[in-house]
Amino acid sequence: MNAPTLAIERLATRLDTVQGEVRAVDGVDLELRRGECVALVGESGCGKSMTALSVLRLLPETGRIAEGRVLLEGTDLLALPEAAMRAVRGRRIAMIFQEPSAALNPVLAVGRQILEVIRRHTPLRGRAARARALELLAQVGVPDPARRMDEFPFQLSGGLKQRVMIAAALAAEPEVLLADEPTTALDVTIQAQILELLARLQAERGLAVMLVTHDLGIVAQMAQRVAVMYAGQIVEAASREQFLRAPQHPYSRKLFDALPGAEKRAAALAVIPGQVPPLTGEFRGCRFAERCDEAIERCRWVAPRMVALADGHLVRCLVREEKGPAAAVGEPTLLEARGEPQAAASAPLLEVRDLKVHFPIRRGVLRRTVGWVRAVDGISLDIRAGRTLALVGESGCGKTTAGKAILRLLPLSGGTVRFDGADLATLGRERLRRLRRAMQIVFQDPYGSLNPRLRVGDILAEGMRALGVGASDAERERRIAALLEQVGLPAEAAARYPHEFSGGQRQRIAIARALAVEPRLVVCDEPTSALDVSVQAQILNLLRELQARLGLAYLFITHNIAVVEYLAHEVAVMYLGRIVEQGSAEEVLGAPKHPYTEALLAAVPRIAGRRERVRLAGELPSPVDPPVGCHFHPRCPQARAECRERWPAPVRLSPTRTVNCVLYRSSAASNI
Amino acid sequence: MPVVLVTDLLLWLLVAVGIGYARYCARRPHLAAPWARVFRRPAAVAASVVLAAYLVVALADSLHYRPALAQGGAGARAYSVEVLSLLDALLPALRTRSEKTYSAPLATRSYAKEQVELPGGGIARDYPRLRWGGAHLADESEWAADVARRVAQGLGVAAALIGLAALATRRLRRRRPEVPWQAGFWTFAALAALACPAFALAQGYHVLGTDKVGNDVFYLALKSVRTSLVIGTVTTLVLLPVGVALGIMAGYFRGWVDDAIQYVYTTLNSIPGVLLIAASVLMMQVVMDRHPEWFATAAERADAKLLVLCVILGFTSWTGLARLLRGEALKLSQLEYIQAAHALGVTHARILSRHILPNVAHIVIIALVMDFSGLVLAEAVLSYVGVGVDPSTSSFGTMINAARLEMSREPPVWWTLATAFAFMLVLVLAANLFADAVRDGFDPRVRVAAAGAGVR
Amino acid sequence: MFAYIVRRLAYAVPILVGVNLVTFVLFFVVNSPDDMARMQLGAKRVTPEAIAKWKAERGYDKPLVWNAEAPGLEKLTRTIFFEKSVRLFVFDFGFSEDRRDIGREIAARMWPSLALAVPVFLVGLAVCVSFALLLAFFRATYLDFWGVVLCVAMMSISTLFYIIGGQYVFSKLWRLVPISGYAEGPDALKFLVLPVAIGVVAGIGASTRWYRTIFLEEMGREYVRTARAKGLAESAVLFGHVLRNALIPILTGVVAVIPLLFLGSLLMESFFGIPGLGSYTIDAIQAQDFAVVRAMVFVGSVLYIVGLILTDLSYTLVDPRIRFD
Repeated sequence: MNAPTLAIERLATRLDTVQGEVRAVDGVDLELRRGECVALVGESGCGKSMTALSVLRLLPETGRIAEGRVLLEGTDLLALPEAAMRAVRGRRIAMIFQEPSAALNPVLAVGRQILEVIRRHTPLRGRAARARALELLAQVGVPDPARRMDEFPFQLSGGLKQRVMIAAALAAEPEVLLADEPTTALDVTIQAQILELLARLQAERGLAVMLVTHDLGIVAQMAQRVAVMYAGQIVEAASREQFLRAPQHPYSRKLFDALPGAEKRAAALAVIPGQVPPLTGEFRGCRFAERCDEAIERCRWVAPRMVALADGHLVRCLVREEKGPAAAVGEPTLLEARGEPQAAASAPLLEVRDLKVHFPIRRGVLRRTVGWVRAVDGISLDIRAGRTLALVGESGCGKTTAGKAILRLLPLSGGTVRFDGADLATLGRERLRRLRRAMQIVFQDPYGSLNPRLRVGDILAEGMRALGVGASDAERERRIAALLEQVGLPAEAAARYPHEFSGGQRQRIAIARALAVEPRLVVCDEPTSALDVSVQAQILNLLRELQARLGLAYLFITHNIAVVEYLAHEVAVMYLGRIVEQGSAEEVLGAPKHPYTEALLAAVPRIAGRRERVRLAGELPSPVDPPVGCHFHPRCPQARAECRERWPAPVRLSPTRTVNCVLYRSSAASNI
Repeated sequence: MPVVLVTDLLLWLLVAVGIGYARYCARRPHLAAPWARVFRRPAAVAASVVLAAYLVVALADSLHYRPALAQGGAGARAYSVEVLSLLDALLPALRTRSEKTYSAPLATRSYAKEQVELPGGGIARDYPRLRWGGAHLADESEWAADVARRVAQGLGVAAALIGLAALATRRLRRRRPEVPWQAGFWTFAALAALACPAFALAQGYHVLGTDKVGNDVFYLALKSVRTSLVIGTVTTLVLLPVGVALGIMAGYFRGWVDDAIQYVYTTLNSIPGVLLIAASVLMMQVVMDRHPEWFATAAERADAKLLVLCVILGFTSWTGLARLLRGEALKLSQLEYIQAAHALGVTHARILSRHILPNVAHIVIIALVMDFSGLVLAEAVLSYVGVGVDPSTSSFGTMINAARLEMSREPPVWWTLATAFAFMLVLVLAANLFADAVRDGFDPRVRVAAAGAGVR
Repeated sequence: MFAYIVRRLAYAVPILVGVNLVTFVLFFVVNSPDDMARMQLGAKRVTPEAIAKWKAERGYDKPLVWNAEAPGLEKLTRTIFFEKSVRLFVFDFGFSEDRRDIGREIAARMWPSLALAVPVFLVGLAVCVSFALLLAFFRATYLDFWGVVLCVAMMSISTLFYIIGGQYVFSKLWRLVPISGYAEGPDALKFLVLPVAIGVVAGIGASTRWYRTIFLEEMGREYVRTARAKGLAESAVLFGHVLRNALIPILTGVVAVIPLLFLGSLLMESFFGIPGLGSYTIDAIQAQDFAVVRAMVFVGSVLYIVGLILTDLSYTLVDPRIRFD
């Protein structure tokens, strides 16, 4: 093995906050070699981004590096004067960030933002510099680079912006690339493109890459080595193969168990109880001991050291030290069998037919409507009581709009929404209000979905009062206590304010609020996408448990395929305002028929069993001016001439399954 | 006979509201937390001590009565037409001892020469002795010793007060160690060390001189404090309901409601501030001149003019707050908890009152404290322009207006201006520092354009 | 773009109509012309005849909005509303109390106002932006702290004191410049130096503090971190990245003020005896010359609306996100 290009030794970074000094990074050791990708994995707040920023000495103003060394080929970066450090940034170590639209300067042309690096760190000037920038843009796969050079960030899609960021980062040919969640803000098909690009560039240039991520799927796909961070420390470090075969730290093992997926459908997901301890104080024992179900008495009093197991697998755990390595993960541990509710043959609770939501575009002197954003353009679906329909798609496909329109939180432009026989689309205000009891919604953002000025009890009581649930205040109070218990919160929570709760707990409150009026249908709009994996598992378990107990129907809106696999009975895949394929979860996810579904599923980074990749080129077109014919045809690898002519009619492939694609028209009849 | 002027009532009402709000906040952690952040800053603590001192003066000046005339005979008691306040009663020396014309601070002789009868007969032009200032001195050579003695007396009292404050500070520090009480203590000490000698001297001299008609400038300045505070606070009472209601309605309902409200405030905003105020004030003046029978005393009339000025300032400066709140309500109405409320069938009125209003309250508070200093400064300018308070009401504006031409005299009559300058600077500076702390404590991102900004 | 400007201009019309109604209500409904006559004539000379004469001379002897006696269309036009308010739309302002043409007066007095207001505006902008940049560059140091304290102290002083103090020190004590007055041509310089300097100084506190917060806000953004990660020097980050973005709110905020420069500065002009529109307005207010006040209200509103339109246009010029929209 060659000498490390970058070596982080005992790095400790502190942040000043109102709560006191936070030990965001507390003694991290990490090595990076040429041509190697090391993934730094952990949940939010574990210090992984701070580690990356500390290497470049780009901490926020409240942060400082308290201790340690960062050696770049033997030179301690932390000891360099600021001017010398600037010569390192961008030239020898470059960094790309999570949110490309925020990380690029909005008022400078993207070309300038690349040229800036070339001018700063290379002798190239003028035309030569420009030629170099064009070359870089071409290398990162930006189509028509000469035109793009002079465009502004807002004119580029998220994926293109991230490519520009990468081009700027690589402009001075650095040896080390720090990538801080580079694809988290991107859609899954775009994420696949960017990851592929990063892997290619790494191999071509022999880059040492530090990939900061929370996604174990990305780790499995990209990394050669893995370091798991928890509460400011690295708790486990190993090669990818070792790590995936047999993660050793109890925390890492829990992370794997908490991942949703098709294979875990039968059981509740594993959860990690409790929360990450505050990093303001000193720790005596293991930082994970409080939440660890393998913990022994010693864990609470003795701080574990990093120890090497037989095969060079490093782990910071007293249990492993004593009892030896843990077994390889095989089949997921079944915790508790779950009775699948019968696929009821009853009439659907919710029938949506040809739902349309169009937003006008106004232009000109008189603000005349010159066009329509066809956010939802004729979708039809059915949901039965006690079942979950997942509405899947990438951002901008109209799935959230559809969910809100079904609840009439947005005005409909067409179609019918029959709930229990009544057509919501034409219902008057008063009748609609009464029907609202039966349909509720849970939102994505656990911070924006609760009014910070109301006590939890008032939040829960509000809907009950407005819709006349519960006869008296006393009765409502009893009901609030019952609701809180139902979602796993203590009864005292009613007297507290939302800010006193963590993200997962807030999401429980939001679920309790929806349940307060005894709905039969709950629209779940990405309820777990702002949460960490371990918390997501808790919420998914809760949703399933509530469904089993109360017979709720869910319209589950998400872009997370793993969650769909775990939770959904039926799946509808949306693309640009229309549903391209729907059917039972087994059918759609197990054997996707529509080329888009296929590509979408293939783009999801998997831990095990790489599929044959179907890479989608390009990005989601604008719903203002959708492509004529099949909306998907410009990106479809199997597009034919007729695809450009008209939107294909749904083809029924099985009693439960339809697909809108010309590929299946002929075969459909014979298959069934 | 007590006299209740409308602005007295409003000022006391505001104090009551302030106390009620403080108690309401104290019981709610999310409301108390930003205030706790505010008072963790030394500047805010120091500023609030200064503001409290001004407030005490203003409140003492806001309890009015008409003294009974010493008249024999039973039956109906007669009352003077003059309306006095508690402050006047506390400082009789300052109010009644007026000279003929200008005199310098602590002077014993007048600023202007007069025909003086010489002791030995005959008449000479000389600076006459003042009627009150230093009149107790038989020989003017005792002046320095007398002044020093009075200052020492004052400082003695101040030292006693400071000692008490030190004890209080120690106890407070034990109860709430996170608040920088020392800042408050030192501010108090400085105020006491200035005020006590001043009051001690005021018993025998005109500490800050006299103005053109011989009124004590120190007394005028103390009386002006109330005017400033009334304008700074009562105005917001007018501005607040209008600005808040229209602002959040525009942001929440959008559509034609928004268009209409925006139209109203763009129209009002487009008229230059001073002109709109000037026009309104002139017009109200005409109305009031037409109806002299509305007011029983001159004081009531002057007070009505002050109130009208507040109302006009309020109606011309709600637009800034409304625009700010509209933007915030627009953002809030997109938030998921509002949509959840819609999904739960909650009515618009309840959404506005329970979801929108409490979540813009911090902006309202920031706007209020930031407006205060702007309004105090605006009053001075408006009084200078001639559309401010009644000439009989003492205010910093009228003081400046009366004295500004006297700087060209030889020697210059600087003390009236200097007094107004010092009193205003301390008040506005304290208000600005406090407002800064409030903004940082509540929401450092809010950028409020102060009311009356168009006037300065 | 063209449609946009047309729409903004069209939007100005209802606003001006609104302004007109507000002033009409204020001047003629809250008070009758009789009240104005009484006020102008003074208590001694008030006789019904004198009032009637005063009204006739000034054209106030008509009904407010509906002249039942007049024939045809004149029922509408021979009214105070039409003659005094609607005529403003064609910039026909009528005559002032001393029988002068207000329109001509405004045109003449505009220039001295601009001669004072434009330098104050430009110098002030340059000074405040540089001062704010300095504070932002040295953020969280003693320089920044005391700079902000100075700003707060400076904005706590009334403009009146800046003027009075400046006049006293520079004109009376040191006799560097004349205390007040105005002259045409290059001679104006000696009269303008002091008011310009005072105007700039009086504005430093508030503006600098505002610009500083904008700079600091921009410096907290992520693209600044990206720029640093590229190895750019702090000055390059400040001038190459932060300044460009911060100038968007600064410029657009400033552009709205430009048309209002025509109105001049009330205080400055009246203290320094500069015959501009500011002192014209103050004199009119003090003399209770309603015709002039009405005219200035209208002119001010027109300029404000022009400022709004310019603001929108300037956004499209400095912000590419809007330019290409």
